[in-house]
Amino acid sequence: MTLSALNADVIVDQLNAGEVTATDCVQHFLDRIQVHNAELNAFIRVSESALEQAEAIDQRRKAGESLGCLAGLPIAIKDGICVSGQPTTAGSKMLENFSPPYDATIVERLKSADAIIIGKTNMDEFAMGSSTENSFFGPTNNPWATNRVPGGSSGGSAACVAARLAPVAIGSDTGGSIRQPASFCGITGLKPSYGRVSRYGLIAFASSLDQIGPMTRTAKESALLMSVIAGFDPRDSTSSKEQVSDFLKSLETPLAGVRIGVCRDHLNEGLDVEVKTKINDAISVFKQLGANIEEIELPQTKSAIAAYYIIAPCEASSNLARYDGVRYTFRAQANDLEEMYRNTRGQGFGDEVKQRIMLGTYALSSGYYEAYYLKASKVRRMIKQDYDEAFKKVDLILGPTTPTPAFKLGQHTEDPLAMYLADIYTVSANLAGIPAISVPVEPSSTGLPIGLQLQGRAFEENTLLRAAHQFQNETLWHTASPSEPWRTQS
Amino acid sequence: MEDTVLNPTSSPQSNNRRAVRFDDSQIIIGLEVHVQLDTDSKLFCGCSTRFGEAANSQTCVVCTGMPGALPVINERALELSIRAGLSLNCQIARSTKWDRKNYFYPDLPKGYQISQFDQPICGPGHLDIEPSEPTGQARRIRIERAHLEEDAGKSIHDESGRRQDSKIDLNRTGTPLLEIVTQPDIRTAAEAKAFLSELKLILNYIDVSDCNMQQGNLRCDANVNLHIPFGDEQIATPIVEIKNLNSFRAVERSITHEAQRQFEAWQENGLTIADAPKQTRGWNDHTQTTTLQREKEDSADYRYFPDPDLIAVKIEDSQIQQIESQLEQLPADLRKLLAEQYNLKSADASVIVSQGRGVVDYFLEVADGCEDSKIANNWIGQEVLRQLNESNQTIQQYPVSPQQFTDLLKLVIAGTLDQTRGKEVLNAMVAHCISPEEAIKQLGIKPVDNSELVTLCEKLIDENQDVVEQIQSGNGKAIGMLIGKARKMNPNANPGLVKAMLAKMIST
Repeated sequence: MTLSALNADVIVDQLNAGEVTATDCVQHFLDRIQVHNAELNAFIRVSESALEQAEAIDQRRKAGESLGCLAGLPIAIKDGICVSGQPTTAGSKMLENFSPPYDATIVERLKSADAIIIGKTNMDEFAMGSSTENSFFGPTNNPWATNRVPGGSSGGSAACVAARLAPVAIGSDTGGSIRQPASFCGITGLKPSYGRVSRYGLIAFASSLDQIGPMTRTAKESALLMSVIAGFDPRDSTSSKEQVSDFLKSLETPLAGVRIGVCRDHLNEGLDVEVKTKINDAISVFKQLGANIEEIELPQTKSAIAAYYIIAPCEASSNLARYDGVRYTFRAQANDLEEMYRNTRGQGFGDEVKQRIMLGTYALSSGYYEAYYLKASKVRRMIKQDYDEAFKKVDLILGPTTPTPAFKLGQHTEDPLAMYLADIYTVSANLAGIPAISVPVEPSSTGLPIGLQLQGRAFEENTLLRAAHQFQNETLWHTASPSEPWRTQS
Repeated sequence: MEDTVLNPTSSPQSNNRRAVRFDDSQIIIGLEVHVQLDTDSKLFCGCSTRFGEAANSQTCVVCTGMPGALPVINERALELSIRAGLSLNCQIARSTKWDRKNYFYPDLPKGYQISQFDQPICGPGHLDIEPSEPTGQARRIRIERAHLEEDAGKSIHDESGRRQDSKIDLNRTGTPLLEIVTQPDIRTAAEAKAFLSELKLILNYIDVSDCNMQQGNLRCDANVNLHIPFGDEQIATPIVEIKNLNSFRAVERSITHEAQRQFEAWQENGLTIADAPKQTRGWNDHTQTTTLQREKEDSADYRYFPDPDLIAVKIEDSQIQQIESQLEQLPADLRKLLAEQYNLKSADASVIVSQGRGVVDYFLEVADGCEDSKIANNWIGQEVLRQLNESNQTIQQYPVSPQQFTDLLKLVIAGTLDQTRGKEVLNAMVAHCISPEEAIKQLGIKPVDNSELVTLCEKLIDENQDVVEQIQSGNGKAIGMLIGKARKMNPNANPGLVKAMLAKMIST
């Protein structure tokens, strides 16, 4: 079997067994990127040093040195995560020429596990978007139908894993930015609990919602990456000291007796009929696996989008203030300081980013703060209480990841509200700080991937991964690949 | 831009206003004091806080606001803030949080300052300041709050007029500041200065800050307005915040100036607090005047909100108790101790205490050792402080140990050394870092026996008949001349003994 058809855990085994060298492995994926990236635009940049690193790992292996648990495995990183000395743009003109002088904590951890960063993937500018159309570097195309979006904001990471341009990738999720593109591209994507993975080195969009997570073909691969990236980081005050579970070990524990909640409200209004059918089919699979399905209610989640689109822009308006033309960013020509600020931010940010900065600035302004930010924070607490109640009755909550399969490029660009509704099922997990995973179910009749979302209690990623893994033991949807050459679909 | 004139200057009201005397009005003053905490590293990163290093050499990804970098609180800064709060009688918050104050400025790398908006670490407290006259009452100045925040960097603008680039030094960015805000309880410029002096002294004593104003470690803004009795009413003038106060003297002078200016402005235009917004005025040390910087309407909306990168800080009772138990006596306690237990005049006690903890400890050791606090005070309050001042040394650098100083004073008290010789011995001890015994030996000091003294006095009388006659004719003071001459003839001759013997000889 060709390398690109193999799962990451199998690739690692072959590398360890000496059946394939890291150099060959990296070269294989670099070749695929070379062939396919022009059409997909999944990568903003390929790492120039990837081959060199692979050779170094092969040398060390030959010398009998002990190597990290991901030794020689190529991995793609969303371009909103800092890799020392490599351009890190967050999909923005503002950071077009910015190379951070430091590694994000997760990059440091991946490097010390001897993974090889193969490139930086495309994304909506500063992670603001659900389609990767808001990138300064142009949109990414969905490999299942290249006239459709891959989802966003981690669209590049999703597309490159779906198209097998990298075995696995890292994304970040503020309101669904890992799960929604995973769903659109037919892969597995995990948003960990808030605080489970360090945010140090993740270019902030909304600090209280952002979380880094794995984007892979299988749940098992996600478990493998989580075992490397999860855990307390003294450099991130919001990272948790909660014990990290052994994500791989619990994968095979049977699901018998596990209680899975289904929120009927989430399976009715606004949901694509086909998506609904496939999700119901998936529920049957979980029943066969021995899980008990129970109905639950999450009454406050209807306000989640509204609360999210206050809180996230408020934090973003402040987080993005540092891009002012003074230090490392793009700087526009100007005659005085104020004009320099105006021109730099006017020219350096795209429209969606500017829109959200304005929304957030407005909502935090004196006289509006109570009505918007404080009220949204209250709604957020109520949503969290909903989940706390629900998790007294069930262990997992199941539903669709997105209301529809991937939409067409340009379809929602003039209608921000329609775009924002793409996140309707995903934002609640960010507001509540709980983990959630998207896994592929049976595709639509036209062959577009559909995703199922499982949400779990805070810091119980192992339960999510275990349920997803066993679902994938029973189904083959996650093994499907888009056919090459990529096609379009009306 | 200057105040607009509502009423023509010649109106009847303005004539009435002109009849009011400045001295009848009351000055209302509140202070906002920024103090740099004496931590080794910055508030949210590990960079050094050392002053005077090469520009931008003490920075990292956190304090330069690199994308993705995150703040982590410096626990030491919390501890020092609690210590300061306890010393200012403040309520210490059990839960405090961090807020972002958003504004754009080139030396503010993140585009916001991490500060504390509605849950400051220190709540209400007070500071008592010493009365300016011995008979006066101590004045209690209430403290509204004290909160922690990070400092901004330093902008260096081209002032040559050649429009060269401005430069930014981020070494100071992120150093911890405690902003202490008083209630408007201060009533005179001198009181404002006294408050600051006492605050500085306390923060020095508890090792929270060196409050060095030259290095910007203590910065002060003053909010000032007047209450003017006018007919049956009391008129309040618009509040002015004075900035750029770089010394205690500037605080004092600017308030005096501003009060006068507000009074004249009111006489001119009759504007009251209800008519005009709060103004910010800058103090100009060269012209000794305040000039308008901005009015409140133009000021920024800082859009405070809780910083999502940091978690709320919980402060346990046990932590506060622990810090409290480590607190040593404050200046006010020590003044009381010196006055009541050591019988010093309150002015003398204040002088000793104002020199800092080291001098107080030195005094206490010497006073206890020689068992004469008056003499200890005379010698330390005058000789030692003068020598330290001249050599620009601290008491810790002073070459004479408290034990040696005690030994010296014991010799003076016993009469072995007179005041003058004692001071010669002290000077030799300081100059050569030697003990009193060694100094006495080096100076050739030895006791003079009675026969030597008799010979000396006889010689004096012989050679100074004119002086003797003066004394005999009733000018008792003239004996001083003879004593002076005696010292020249034999430096070891005790002036007291010489005087007594001369008096006896001349009168017989």
